Amino acid sequence: MFESPIREPLILGRKTYRQITDDLVAPILGPASWKWYLTTAFTAAVMFAGFGAIAYTIWVGIGTWGLNKTVGWAFDITNFVFWIGIGHAGTLISAILLLFRQRWRMAINRAAEAMTIFAVICAGLFPIIHMGRPWLVFWFLPLPNTHGSLWVNFNSPLLWDVFAISTYFTISVLFWYTGLIPDLAMVRDRAKPGSFAHKLYSILSFGWTGTAKQWQRFEAVSLVLAGLSTPLVLSVHSIVSFDFATSILPGWHTTIFPPYFVAGAIFSGFGMVLTLMIITREVLNLKDYITLEHIDAMAKVTLATGMMVGFAYATEFFIAWYSGSYWERYIFLNRAFGPYWWSYWAMVSCNLLIPQVFWFKKLRRSPWFVFIISIFVNIGMWFERFVIIVTSLHRDFLASSWRMYAPTWVEVTILVGTFGLFLTLYLLFARYLPVIAAAETKSILKTSGDQYAGLSWEAYQAQKRQGAISPALQPTMNPNHPQS
Amino acid sequence: MAKYLIGLYDDEDKLLAAVEAIQKQGVPIHEVCTPFPVHGLDQALHLKKSRLPDAAFVYGALGTLTALSMQIYMYTIDWPVNIGGKSHLPFPSFIPITFELTVLFAGVLMFLSYLYVNRLYPGRKARVYDPRQTDDMMVIAISDEKVWDQAKALFQSTGAVEAKIVEL
Repeated sequence: MFESPIREPLILGRKTYRQITDDLVAPILGPASWKWYLTTAFTAAVMFAGFGAIAYTIWVGIGTWGLNKTVGWAFDITNFVFWIGIGHAGTLISAILLLFRQRWRMAINRAAEAMTIFAVICAGLFPIIHMGRPWLVFWFLPLPNTHGSLWVNFNSPLLWDVFAISTYFTISVLFWYTGLIPDLAMVRDRAKPGSFAHKLYSILSFGWTGTAKQWQRFEAVSLVLAGLSTPLVLSVHSIVSFDFATSILPGWHTTIFPPYFVAGAIFSGFGMVLTLMIITREVLNLKDYITLEHIDAMAKVTLATGMMVGFAYATEFFIAWYSGSYWERYIFLNRAFGPYWWSYWAMVSCNLLIPQVFWFKKLRRSPWFVFIISIFVNIGMWFERFVIIVTSLHRDFLASSWRMYAPTWVEVTILVGTFGLFLTLYLLFARYLPVIAAAETKSILKTSGDQYAGLSWEAYQAQKRQGAISPALQPTMNPNHPQS
Repeated sequence: MAKYLIGLYDDEDKLLAAVEAIQKQGVPIHEVCTPFPVHGLDQALHLKKSRLPDAAFVYGALGTLTALSMQIYMYTIDWPVNIGGKSHLPFPSFIPITFELTVLFAGVLMFLSYLYVNRLYPGRKARVYDPRQTDDMMVIAISDEKVWDQAKALFQSTGAVEAKIVEL
């Protein structure tokens, strides 16, 4: 087999299959540290504070929020779109990168898919609590009813959203669980027979044994689910953008919205994946699996999607000017220079300007630096949704009804509470499930392990330092690989 | 309870060579278990191609039909509502939900079929030949007692780490 030395190994530390199992099972079957309990207790407390604010909203009513008759949609829908966007990186990594045969996805797909699921759970809360009367949530569904069977409005993008997001959640869970079954079997066979862990993971792993036929079907199902998820992930955020784009409000009524929202979703999702994975690799000691190469690749995706989003900002301004529409022009000037100018420029600097540092390889490969930038990306993408929603609404067609919007403590607590929910679920995931797809990682060991990938990385670097390797980077024969 | 002779291999290339050698001698292989998908193993064992993707297509088509007939029935036939004089059969508006239900049906039903054909369900007792088969060892299991001696020799000559008889 020919391996080009320019492909860096994706698994370091000369791992054997046994060591991969050891490294991934250790955090699950070993005792959790006091730090884990402390962090989880803290995030759970934040989560319950959020639940309290939700209960208060439902008890007292939507009047506890800062909404007014002009700005009827603000914090909640901002948070909804923000969380849905966070989810998109997981599906991109597991589905689209699978179809493109990108091996670096293996180390991060499990955790990113888990993030997708948790983020969609957080997102799904907002439309329900914004209804004011959440016990009527079933009105979203096309059910026969006592109103003379008056059905739902299939012309409404809000209804499309119900279908899109519930499908997205279901398919993401199934895709994630398909991959988890073999790894749960691995944990089961490591647990002491008769112990509680053994019983638990026996149930969760559905009796998987890993026969050749099972693996053949596993691969068929993974490929088809990836093929289904790829258009699905693009459709979900397109439909979310339709919530705005099909309206007639200047600032929302824009045909660029679907691709712009999808690029933004992937951008924000990668921001969150970077934030969590840089911490996870540190805490669970997984630096041999989530290498600098992975962080580098994710930073590149962040840079590319960040510039797509920046391009969309520019296009919107250009079209607003070119359209000749008075209201359209005013809305965009108001975004950048009106009373919410700070949110607009926070968005532009966090999403377009700050990620430009990723042009430099050295910076892409400094985990803590990337971590800080990823926080900016998260903030910037939250502001993007705030800018789109609030600045388009607050100065509407009649100057006498112009209003300013500011969130109340209830809305802020709910937002912070969803972060608590998200992180609590992630911490439980990191404790009780394998955070890296073990079987898939083992399957690429012989092509991407550092003892197999082309020359060993150190040997290659050493030779390069001595000038023994020409910059032409000829493919080398791999002496370790039996099929060479 | 059935008895099996199993050979354990620590390398997928050795395993593939062994499967080929064993089959060449006419020894029937009962099952091969691996901790991760080994490429080329299904061809080596002459496994038939999985028909799950074909099933997924049928499920998807079922979803498309369900979604379209549901929307046309509810919106056009059963209770046509006049919303700003818009069409009662707004076909473009039906597409997003049609697409979502296509994906939903294909995904969910294929997943359930996958569990069904593999006989995977919560609470099923796993028939594990050796606990290392989900860790780092690949297992070839031979059920026919008459060929055990021959198989044992083949295991040794193809580089098996271990060969033993297990009862499941």
